[in-house]
Amino acid sequence: MSIPTVAPELVAKAKAELDQHLLEIIEWHFNPATGCPFWLDWAAKNFDPRKEITRFEDMLKFPHFQDEFLRDLQPEVWVPAQFKGKPFNIFETGGTTGMPKQRIGWNDFRIDYSEFSEKISDEHFPRGGAWLMMGPTGPRRLRLAIEHLANVRGSSCYFIDLDPRFVKKLISNKQFDVAKQYMAHVVDQAATILQHRKISGLFTTPKLLEALGEKINLWDAGIRGVFCGGTSMKPQEIRFIIEELLENRIGFYPTYGNTLMGLAASVPLQPEDNYSATYYAPQPRAVLRVVNPNKTDETVAYDTWGRVELTTLTKEFFMPRFLERDETIRRAPRPPYAWDGVGDVRPFGAMEKNIVEGVY
Amino acid sequence: MSTVPHLPVLRLGRNYESLEKFEVKDHKTGEVKALVSNVNAGIVRRDLGKIGSARAALKKFTCAQLVELSARAGDLFLNGTLPLGDKGHTQSPQQYIETLSCTSGLPWNMVRRNMDKVHFALTNMKFVLNGLSRGLDLNILDNGTGEQFGTKLSYFPTCAALGLVMPSNSPAVNSLWIPAISLKTPVVIKPGKEEPWTPYRLIQAFIAAGVPAEAFGFYPTDHEGAGEILKLTGRSLIFGDKNTMAQYANNPAIQLHGPGWSKFLIGDDCIENWRDYIDVIAGAISDNGGRSCINASAVVVPKYAAEIAEALAQKIGPFAPTRADDPNARLSGFANVKMADFIDAQIEDGLKVPGATDVTAKYRNGPRKASFEGGTFMRPTIVLCDSFAHPLSNKEFLCPYASVVTCPQSEMLHKIGYTLAASVITKDAKFIEAVTDFAEIDRLNIGPVSTMKISWDQPHEGNMFEFLWKRRSIERAW
Repeated sequence: MSIPTVAPELVAKAKAELDQHLLEIIEWHFNPATGCPFWLDWAAKNFDPRKEITRFEDMLKFPHFQDEFLRDLQPEVWVPAQFKGKPFNIFETGGTTGMPKQRIGWNDFRIDYSEFSEKISDEHFPRGGAWLMMGPTGPRRLRLAIEHLANVRGSSCYFIDLDPRFVKKLISNKQFDVAKQYMAHVVDQAATILQHRKISGLFTTPKLLEALGEKINLWDAGIRGVFCGGTSMKPQEIRFIIEELLENRIGFYPTYGNTLMGLAASVPLQPEDNYSATYYAPQPRAVLRVVNPNKTDETVAYDTWGRVELTTLTKEFFMPRFLERDETIRRAPRPPYAWDGVGDVRPFGAMEKNIVEGVY
Repeated sequence: MSTVPHLPVLRLGRNYESLEKFEVKDHKTGEVKALVSNVNAGIVRRDLGKIGSARAALKKFTCAQLVELSARAGDLFLNGTLPLGDKGHTQSPQQYIETLSCTSGLPWNMVRRNMDKVHFALTNMKFVLNGLSRGLDLNILDNGTGEQFGTKLSYFPTCAALGLVMPSNSPAVNSLWIPAISLKTPVVIKPGKEEPWTPYRLIQAFIAAGVPAEAFGFYPTDHEGAGEILKLTGRSLIFGDKNTMAQYANNPAIQLHGPGWSKFLIGDDCIENWRDYIDVIAGAISDNGGRSCINASAVVVPKYAAEIAEALAQKIGPFAPTRADDPNARLSGFANVKMADFIDAQIEDGLKVPGATDVTAKYRNGPRKASFEGGTFMRPTIVLCDSFAHPLSNKEFLCPYASVVTCPQSEMLHKIGYTLAASVITKDAKFIEAVTDFAEIDRLNIGPVSTMKISWDQPHEGNMFEFLWKRRSIERAW
């Protein structure tokens, strides 16, 4: 069976929908009646995107979004006028040390994860069956998102926290033994919960999944589906997880995402993929481009490595052309997604240097 | 059939092709000679969780049977055409020599000598085990208990398997682990990145001889995977530099094979005859391309240091790179050119400190780091040092290198520090008594004996039998 492709007319339709959505979002964020202080101020100093942006290609007129804005500015500058007075959630990025990047939001995570719920099977995540999240909770969007995902499926969710900032500190201080003890502490808690409660769905990170799978038999513990993300997964790692940890009988859903984008789901793996996962952004709410790292206006050819550029387009948050610290292979559209995908995502520069992503 | 052989991971009897592979290349041309599957630590951990079946597979044999199979494996290793990977390739002895030579930099004659050493150890396993166990009747290991030397004896295995984190610099180091098979202990090997050939060929020879494939693990893996091998096998050997050694010091489950800092010491009574010893000292410095931990890296003398350094430099300084198939090849190329750069820089930095002279420089007619037909070589270096305080006086490098240091006989043992192999040229009974009592020397030779001389029944570094089996007291009512 060859890798399925998407008909050109479906790709064109998706592009037209993206352009239409973009116009609405630009109008929303740059109209004084609805927009937020940051972008209105930006437009006053630069140009009015409502006049300049008519299709997605025009987004090149924006410079790359600087993540320092999310560190240095008070969150109120990102509140669209239409949301004024409504308390917001403050979500922080994962393993940051020092002042974290913050994204505010109201309902985006619910929209993203309700949509994701349609992409996972009832066989692997039975409706009503409890979930366990073992990973970074705290001020992260993921914590509420996973609980929402469980809830929309009629389920509840148990939580075991892992603080990635502490892990990052331990690793930079070369306290590897303490990092291992901490990971064992996290995994022990998860194993205890699994031994005493009926749980069928699991969200965790690849490293924690491996550690948990070495401690208990996940199938015997009742796990039928694993939704995994947080760090990169090479094809061999995915194969190891599927064949050896999940014994080819527990459903596996690798994902790529972060606080700024939301969640990019992967297409189901088939033998031709050779365990190389391809992720598709929740377009039109977020768009991923794979760009030439030295000439970021240009996308690279399909099946070529490039740097990930993220544009987020929701009424709660507008973020044009943010260069992620990841590199990836640009992949062609593949059903059910009529837009580009990103494959084998890994930290930017991973070929040149060994990058520690942490034990989580 | 693919033109490039693929070496799979051997998961205790099962071939496994990973989606991650690394290339082993000709050190001169860059031609890919093999693809080697590489696995993550998780696979190592999972397999070692099931290592009991590997030990059970060996337990079905008596030690005597395994000794016989080892001898057969020795002949196959030296003379046989054996499987090379999982894509239908085979490897003759000459192909092994040529491939190992072109990826490691060792010339053919040195590969052959290393092959002979491994073959000797395999075909003389009875003699080797007799030495290691001090004549123990190996039936006692088969039965768990027995009587010998007029006493009851009982032994139990200390580990699930023997783990090995192998280096790339010298194939003969594989002879260290081969007694494990006759001692009924499975081996779990992480091969050196540039030298997967020898452990793979040895494993294939053992399997072809009739040893169960389940007894062998061949796991090219990363740093974390190597750590798991060290941690989970119960007993392991590691090879590395001073920093690696420091990490595992004081761990009795890990036998360390680091720098040897092997030396010649000449006593006051013999120093006037120094000319008689130049040949044996020069050989000890330069044999095997100077790559072994038992190559001499310092010559400690009460006087005539300048003259001795000059004579050694005159003898080995002119050694130059040759083609790998030259039967008189003396130098080994560097598969990792950065290592040659590092060594050259270390020596040059040391020479900037007053009190040392590169006596070989004038005999080289060229730089120490030399290029030849696309390969990188380090030519021999003899450094005359005025005392042990000099930073170059007690260094070991992966090439023919030695210092010649003046030191009064009475101070030698205070200055030399740890010495893997020491050849002490003296007939002075008091000096011999002093060096015999000196705890920092592992292998001691008295008289003009090369530090490179090894005795298979007298290990110079650790005793594999004592490492893998432990005696317990026993009393049986029936």
